[in-house]
Order: sequence, then structure tokens, then C-alpha cells
Amino acid sequence: MSVWDDLVGQDRVVEQLQAAARAARAAVLAGRGEAPEGNASLMTHAWLFTGPPGAGQVTAARAFAAALQCTSPDLDLGGTPGCGFCDGCHTVLAGSHADVKQVRTDGLSIGVGDMRALVLRASSYPTGGRWSVILVDAAHRLTEAAANALLKGVEEPSPRTVWLLCAPSVQDVLPTIRSRCRLLVLRTPPADAVADMLVRRDGVEPEAARLAALAGQGDIDRSRRLAVDDQARARRAEVLRIPLEVADLGGCLAAAQRLVDTAKADAEALAETQDAKETDDLRAAYGASEGSRAPRGMAGAVKELEKRQKSRATRTRRETLNVALGDLLGFYRDVLAVQLGAGGAFANEDQRPAVQRVAGEGAAENTLRRIEAVLACRRALDRNVDPLLAVEAMTVALRAG
Amino acid sequence: MARKSAPDDLLAPLTVAVGQEELLLDRAVAEVVAAAKKADPETDVRDLAPGGLQAGQLAELTTPSLFAERKVIVVRAAQDLAADAVKEVKAYLEAPAEEVIMVLVHAGGAKGKGLLDAAKKAGAREVLCAKLTKASEKLAFIRGEFRTLGRAASPEACQALFDSLGSDLRELAAACSQLTADIEGPIDEAAVAKYYSGRAEATGFEVADLAVTGRAAEALERLRWALAVGQPPTGITYALASGVRSIGRLATAGRNLRPADLARELGMPPWKVDRVRQQMRGWTGDGVAAALTAVAEADAAVKGGSDDPAYALERAVVAVARASRISSRPY
Ligand SMILES: [Zn+2]
Repeated sequence: MSVWDDLVGQDRVVEQLQAAARAARAAVLAGRGEAPEGNASLMTHAWLFTGPPGAGQVTAARAFAAALQCTSPDLDLGGTPGCGFCDGCHTVLAGSHADVKQVRTDGLSIGVGDMRALVLRASSYPTGGRWSVILVDAAHRLTEAAANALLKGVEEPSPRTVWLLCAPSVQDVLPTIRSRCRLLVLRTPPADAVADMLVRRDGVEPEAARLAALAGQGDIDRSRRLAVDDQARARRAEVLRIPLEVADLGGCLAAAQRLVDTAKADAEALAETQDAKETDDLRAAYGASEGSRAPRGMAGAVKELEKRQKSRATRTRRETLNVALGDLLGFYRDVLAVQLGAGGAFANEDQRPAVQRVAGEGAAENTLRRIEAVLACRRALDRNVDPLLAVEAMTVALRAG
Repeated sequence: MARKSAPDDLLAPLTVAVGQEELLLDRAVAEVVAAAKKADPETDVRDLAPGGLQAGQLAELTTPSLFAERKVIVVRAAQDLAADAVKEVKAYLEAPAEEVIMVLVHAGGAKGKGLLDAAKKAGAREVLCAKLTKASEKLAFIRGEFRTLGRAASPEACQALFDSLGSDLRELAAACSQLTADIEGPIDEAAVAKYYSGRAEATGFEVADLAVTGRAAEALERLRWALAVGQPPTGITYALASGVRSIGRLATAGRNLRPADLARELGMPPWKVDRVRQQMRGWTGDGVAAALTAVAEADAAVKGGSDDPAYALERAVVAVARASRISSRPY
């Protein structure tokens, strides 16, 4: 199984990356005085992976990183870089390759200190003699200072350094940075390709995989979670009750409260498991032991960590809400499809009766207005509107007309 | 019946200050004393504390002295005088002494009413010092204070002062003279805010209470004041939202719940439930929906760095007040 197999429905991107990996290999060989092959301009020092959420930006970037470190003997015979079996591919995918550094944000913003260290590291020559790869999995979460530090690294790349940046869209990245990157846009993967992957990779039953792939609406991670996680399925079912509950005002207010409470519970659950461990790790890194004086500088570092954890909790809450809004949006799109007599598969194949019922109760104009209300709620949350208020404004708009 | 003395005749032989507003009573006394001293710097002032008038004392006080000096006799808490003393005062009123100005300070109630009637019958100049209970009266008082101090203050400034200091006249009067002394130029809302922001009681919740009961004009005034004293706009949208939400929840809550259960279900203390029930009148489901939408828009404007967050809030306040009167779909 090659490193490219996890990319679902991204044939064009895969072709482009494979060509770049070949060119990269040629450049390495040329540097060693061996005969170059291929077109060097296919390779570049900075890449920006964008696409709809869950389309697999990070998966694509990691596969490319593996291909750059691939040591398969087949390469000499014209094989495609990224075999998935050699030591290079394997260690990159496992996250232990010495020349591949992935900046995992886990929802925490990336500070300027981290970024300066990375830029410095990137300028050193790769120990394995190939490429020094820095993968930033959420370039849109760089603080402004960090983004400026990154810009320095991207502006003056060492000959063997490759920056792989991932972000939801080009607009999320500083113009000065994106103008120095080659842009790769992943597309929304088709549902049958996602279902296929769920069956193949995760051993999901074909029918369950089909429903999960449709419900995920192109977000592979979300589809997988719906396929394998009972709680995620239960949450979705709860959200999709909302269109049937908003007939009266009491239902609107209750639904909004429930949605926000759930999101809060998610954030708290995450905090419980993650925050304590991170804080412990940080203390351990400073060599602090129970009962002794805190080492110099630790208090400040802990405070900084707590600040970042708090902003992550906010973001988790918002993301849970966004997932719920995505489910609602899919529901009303299906309703609209029924009202307009459009064919094709539903995102909510499993909710057909509810979709039919809501479709029968109103006209397409009402549905369009409801879709607009869901989108407005998403914008409001982006603008930091109080979550309960934003969701209430949405549910009361779903009620009207 | 003797001819009644004119209200502005500070040197009238008899003045009754009637009422329970301490500041005004004190002022009524002080005015007479000041006028008397102005007319004759040698005036002898006898200010008798409550209960300070002993039997027989009045005759002694009112007997013309050798030098025929002018005298001011102040009888405080005249409604509480003992029966003997009342008799003596009444007797004096029948035959007042020349060169004596008497000031009776009387609460004005049923107690000691005979003495008050006798004083009126004797032609007393009357100064009304009733407690100011209405906001409009207090505002008039504040305006009067500034006028007396010879300074112009904007209506908003008067309102702001009233909003921040509340009801105590002494405090209001002190604030007026403080502002007059400290501020050069016109006294406006901002000047008041600068001095008394620490005392501000105009919270977002007051704005919300006014808005949800449809009192748009008052809510707007309170909003301006709240912003002038530095209340954060987000606190105001929060208060508006929770005011409207409470109405929506109570209106749609189970009809058959016992009050304690209802309070628990709504997550409000019982007194709040009663209050929201009062505010609920006139609201409909469409009203709640429209109001929540408007407040959410304002919250976005306030947080999204709108050019004019104050205007966004004003719009929301007006929308909420109007929504409280939307008569269409029920809940
Ligand atoms: Zn390999």
C-alpha cells in the first residue's frame, strides 16, 4: 500500500505531487554528481495545501513528505516515490523521521518562539542527505508574529528545505506567505470514494460506510467518525431532530440550549483529558518535582500554556457547533432537493422520512431562508457572537414561515 | 384670620416649613436666618432642637429685651411638642412679639395638626418641604440646583446625575455644587460621567428591563448613560438577550408547574419568575424571535468592530422595545 492510497478522490493533486517528488529526487542525485533526470521546476521549496475541511490536506502533505524521504530500491527502476514500505516512508508516516518535523497544533495556536526555532532548524542540512521537511498542519493558526517568522524561512529557503503548509483556504494565510508558495487545492472527495475507503481501511460494513460517507458531506474524518463512533452518530441524530422541534418558540429555545450545552461538554471533556497531561508534561520538561520550588521560568510557561488551552476550549466549542451546523445545512439541502424535485443521493439518506416531512410542510423559498439562517449562524460564531444567542437567533429563524 | 404672608417674604413674622425632606427643611430655616441677619447683623438666633422648648421658655424668649434686637426663634419637630408647649406657642401666635421671627418646622402629618392649623390661621408664610418621590420632581430639583448655582446643565447631564446618585437630595445637591465648582464651561453628560462613574447603577440589566417592557425612550437614555460611564457593550447585548430569553422561556414553560418547580426549570430565582411574568405581557412568539435576532445582530456588530457600536446597541434596544408589542403569532 503506497503513501498515496489514503488520499481519496484527489487524482490530480496526487499526480502533481508524484511528479514533484520525482523532480526532487533528481535534484538530490544531481547534487551528488549523479545524472539528473526529469523537470526540476516541478519541485519547489514551499507548498500550500488547501481544500474543504476533511478533504485531506494534512494527509496529502504527509504523503508528499514521505515520498521525499522514500528510499525504495524500486526508484532506480522508475518506481513512484512514496512506496509506503521502505524505512523512509515508514518513519515519516510514524512521525519519527529525523528530517521531517510536523508542527501539530492540536487546536493550540502556534507561537512565535516555536516558529523561530523551526526556521532555524529548517536551515540546517538534512541528516539523511535528502530534504529537510517542515509540515505546518494549521498555517491559519499562526499568530501574526509567528507568521512573520515563518515568512523569513519561506523567503530565504536553504537549498534542501521544503515547507508544507496546510490551511482551509488561501485567504487564511498571509498574502506575503502565500505568494511564495505553490498552491494545491484539494477537492471535495466523492461519497463513493469515501465509502470505499471506509470499507477498505477501517473495515466498515458497506451499507454503514455508504451512509456515513454521505452524511460526512465530503469530510473524510467526519465520515470515519460517524462510521466508527457511536457517540458521534448519536450527536448527529440529536442535531437532526431540531428541524422537527422548531415549530414553536419553546422548542427553539430548548434546542439552542441543548446544542450549546453539548458543545460545551465536548470542550470540557477534551480539556479534562488533554490539559492536565500537557501541564504535567510541561512541568516535567522543566524538571519540576512535587513539593519543591518551581524552577525558574516555569510559572510563565505554565501561564502561557493555560492561555492557549483556554483558547483551544473556545475553538473546540465552536467546532462542535460548526459540525452541528453542517449537519443541519445538509438536512435542509436535502429538503430543498425534494421540494425542487432534484434527483440524486441525500446527505441524510438515513433521515429520509424526516426530510420528506419537512419538505412537505413548506415551500422552497422557506427552505432557502432557513439555509441562510444556518449560514448566518456560522458567520455569527466566527465573529465571536455569544454562542447561545447566535444559535437561538438561528433556531427562531428556522421556526418562522 | 390674619392676612397670609407672601411666600417670598423671608422676614414674615411666622414661617412654617412643612414636610419631611430634611434638606428642604434645613434650607427653609437657613433662608430665614440669612435674610434676618442680612437685615440686621446683630440678629439673635435661637435654634431649638427637637424637644428643646421647655414650658415657660417661650415667654422668656419672646419678651422684648432692653436693646430691642431682632430675634429668630426656630422650633424644630413642632409636631412633637408637649401639650403645654403647644398651648404656649398657640398663645404666642395670638399676640406675636415685634422684632421676633418664628420658624416652626413641622412634619405635616396628622400628629400635632392643631398647631399647624393655628399657625396657618395666624397667616404663616408656608414653605412646602414634602419628600420628592417622583423622578420628574427630583430632576426638577437638580435643574433648580444648577439654576440657583448660576450654571447651565444639559437635560442629559441632569438625568445622568439622577441615574447615578439616585434619590438622596443631599447627595444630589452636593454633587451639583461639586460639579459647578470643578467644571468649567457647560455641564454635560460626559462631565457627569467622569465624576460619578463609580456610582453608576445603569447596568445592562436596567436597559434590558426598560426595553422588554416597551419603554424605548427610557431604555435609550439608560443605554447612553451606561455607555457614557464605560459599561462594556457586550454586557448590554448579554443582558438584552437574557431578558428576552427569559420571557420566551417563561411564556412557553409548562402551565401546570408549581412555582418552585417552574423556577427550577427556568433556572431563575422565584422573585425573578414573578418579575418576568410582569414583563411578559404583550409579548408574542414572533416578538421574541424578532428581538433575539436583533440582539444577535447587535452582538455581532459590537464584537466585529462595527464603526459605531453605540448605534448598533441603540437599534437593538429599539427593536426589542418594538418587538414587545408585535401582535401576531403566539408562541
Ligand atoms: Zn518508500
